[in-house]
Amino acid sequence: MTSPLWILAETWRGQITETTLELLALGREVADQLRVPLEAVLFADKSLATSLGVADHVLCAAGVEPTPEAVAAALAQLVKERQPQAVLVPWTNLSMDAGALAAAKLNAPFVNGSKDLKADAGRLVAQCLVYGGKLEAAVAATVTPVLFGVLPGTRSADAGRSEKTPAITEVAVAVPETKVKFQRFLEPETGDVDITQQDVLVAVGRGIQQQDNLELAEGLAKLLGGAVCGSRPVIDQGWLPLSRQVGKSGMSVKPKLYLMLGVSGAPEHIEGMKNAQLIVAINTDAAAPIFNVAHYGINADLFEVVPVLTEKLQAAKGG
Amino acid sequence: MNLLVLLKMVPDIVEELEVAPDGKSLDTSFLRTIINERDDHALEQALLLKERHGGTVTVLALDAPDIDDTLFAALAKGADRAVKITDAPEGMTTQTAARLCSQVIAGLPPADLILTGVQALDDLDGLSAAVIAQQLGFPYIGVVTAVTVNGSTATVLKEFAGGVRGEFAVTLPAVLGVQAAEKPPRYVPVAKVRAAMKSSKIETVPAPAEVAAAQIEVRQLAKPVVSSHAEMLEGSPEEIADKLVQLLAQRGLL
Repeated sequence: MTSPLWILAETWRGQITETTLELLALGREVADQLRVPLEAVLFADKSLATSLGVADHVLCAAGVEPTPEAVAAALAQLVKERQPQAVLVPWTNLSMDAGALAAAKLNAPFVNGSKDLKADAGRLVAQCLVYGGKLEAAVAATVTPVLFGVLPGTRSADAGRSEKTPAITEVAVAVPETKVKFQRFLEPETGDVDITQQDVLVAVGRGIQQQDNLELAEGLAKLLGGAVCGSRPVIDQGWLPLSRQVGKSGMSVKPKLYLMLGVSGAPEHIEGMKNAQLIVAINTDAAAPIFNVAHYGINADLFEVVPVLTEKLQAAKGG
Repeated sequence: MNLLVLLKMVPDIVEELEVAPDGKSLDTSFLRTIINERDDHALEQALLLKERHGGTVTVLALDAPDIDDTLFAALAKGADRAVKITDAPEGMTTQTAARLCSQVIAGLPPADLILTGVQALDDLDGLSAAVIAQQLGFPYIGVVTAVTVNGSTATVLKEFAGGVRGEFAVTLPAVLGVQAAEKPPRYVPVAKVRAAMKSSKIETVPAPAEVAAAQIEVRQLAKPVVSSHAEMLEGSPEEIADKLVQLLAQRGLL
C-alpha cells in the first residue's frame, strides 16, 4: 500500500506543540519503514507549516475553529478525500477528543494511548498502555484508514525538527456550523507556589489515603526546602489546588528531586515528571509502573517510612 | 432536565493484573472490578446538575459482574432510574460497545445531557462519548471539569495542559466526556445502598441483535517490558531512611 501516513499537527496559542514534533519524528520512522510519504495536516495559518519540515508534504487549511467538533469534521473530510492509510493524532487533552470524534465520523478504528508504533508485514502495530500503564497491548487495526492516538514522549521533539521546508498545499474544508463554541481561556490561579520553579517536590498520590495525611508530605517538603504537588486523584478529591497538579492536565516539572509518596505512575502523571533529575518513589505495590520510571524505589508502606525519614532528615539537617 | 449517565466496570488496578493463557486478554478468574473512576465523576456532575436545575438522572450500563451494586449505589446517591443492557456479546471494543449503547439510548426518553467518563482504563479503541455523540447527532466535548446549564446551552470547562482551562458554550442536547466533577464524588453508606436495593429496581433492556464488528485486534497483552527499573532501597524503615538520607546528602540535596 502506497497511501501516505499522516500526522495531525497540533497548535496551542499560535505555536506548533512539542508533541507534534515528536509525532513527526515517529511518523518519519514509520513512513520510511512502509516506504510511503509522510504528510502533516495543519489547521492553522500556513506560516506555521515551515516548522513541519520532517514531513514530505503539509496539507494546510486555515479557519477551522479549535473545537473537537470542527477539527474532527475537517479531518474526517480530508481523510475521505485523500485516503491516507493511517493518521497519528496527539493523545493530548488538546487533540484526543477531536481524533476520537473524527474516527467515529469515519467509522474508523482509533487506537488509544500508543507509546510506540511500527510496521509489521506492511501493517501498523501500536504498543498501547492500558490499565493505568500496568499492561501493554500490541494492537493492529483490521481495516483502513486507522487513527492512532499517540502519547507524548514517544520520540524526542528535536528529532522532529528540520531545516527543510516541506511542500505545502492549501486545502479547502467545509466545516458545518458546529454546536460547540470556544469562549475563552481561564488561566491557572496564581498566588500559590509555582511548582515548576521548585528544586524539590514531594508528590502525593492516591496512596496518601486522606487529606490529614498530607501533613507528612508537607513536613518532608519543608525539611527539603521544596513544595508538595499531587497526581490527579489527590486534586480531584480537592486535597490540593489545581495549581499543584503534575501531569497531562497539570504542570510539567523538572525538579532536582521528585520524591513520590503513594503515586502508582499512571501514564498521565509520568508525562509531567519524567524529566526530573532524581526520582525516588515509595509505593506498597511492587508492580507499580512508577518503579519503571523512578531512579530509586522503595517498596514499603509510606506511613512506616516517612515518619522515620522525617526524623532522620531533621537530625541530618540539625547535625 | 433529563440527564443520562453511562457507567462502566473496569479492573481495579490496585490489584495485580494477570494475562490469560491466550496472551491477549485479561485473566478474569480473580479479577476485582470497580466503577470506572471517570464515570463516577460523570455521575457526580449529573447529580450536582439535578440538584441545581431539577430533573431526573438515569444511569445506564452494560451488564457485567458487580454492575448491580454500582447501579444500586447510583440510585442511593440520587439517581432516579437505572437501566442495564443484558445479553451483549463479551469483549466488545469501546467503539462497538458505544454504538450498541447509542441504539439503546435512542429508545429511552430523550436526554438533554449525556455524561460519561472521558475515558476508561481499559479503552483501547476510541472514546465512548465521542462515538455516542456521533451516532445520535449531538455535539460532543471531552476532558470536561465543570458544567453550568442555562436554558438550552451548557457552559463547560475543558482542561488543557499547564492548568489552563477553556470555556465552551455547547448547545443541548449534547454528550460530555467528563474528566472530573466540580466536587469529589459523594460517598454513600452501605445502609443506603441496601435500602435502595429494597426500594428500587434495575430495569433491563436486551442488547440489540446486530452488533458492529470490532475493527482492532489485540495481538498481545503483557506486562510492560522495561528498559530500566528503579534501584530498590531495601531493609527496615530505619535502614531505608538511612539509605535515602545518605543518597540525598551525596546529591547535595540536604
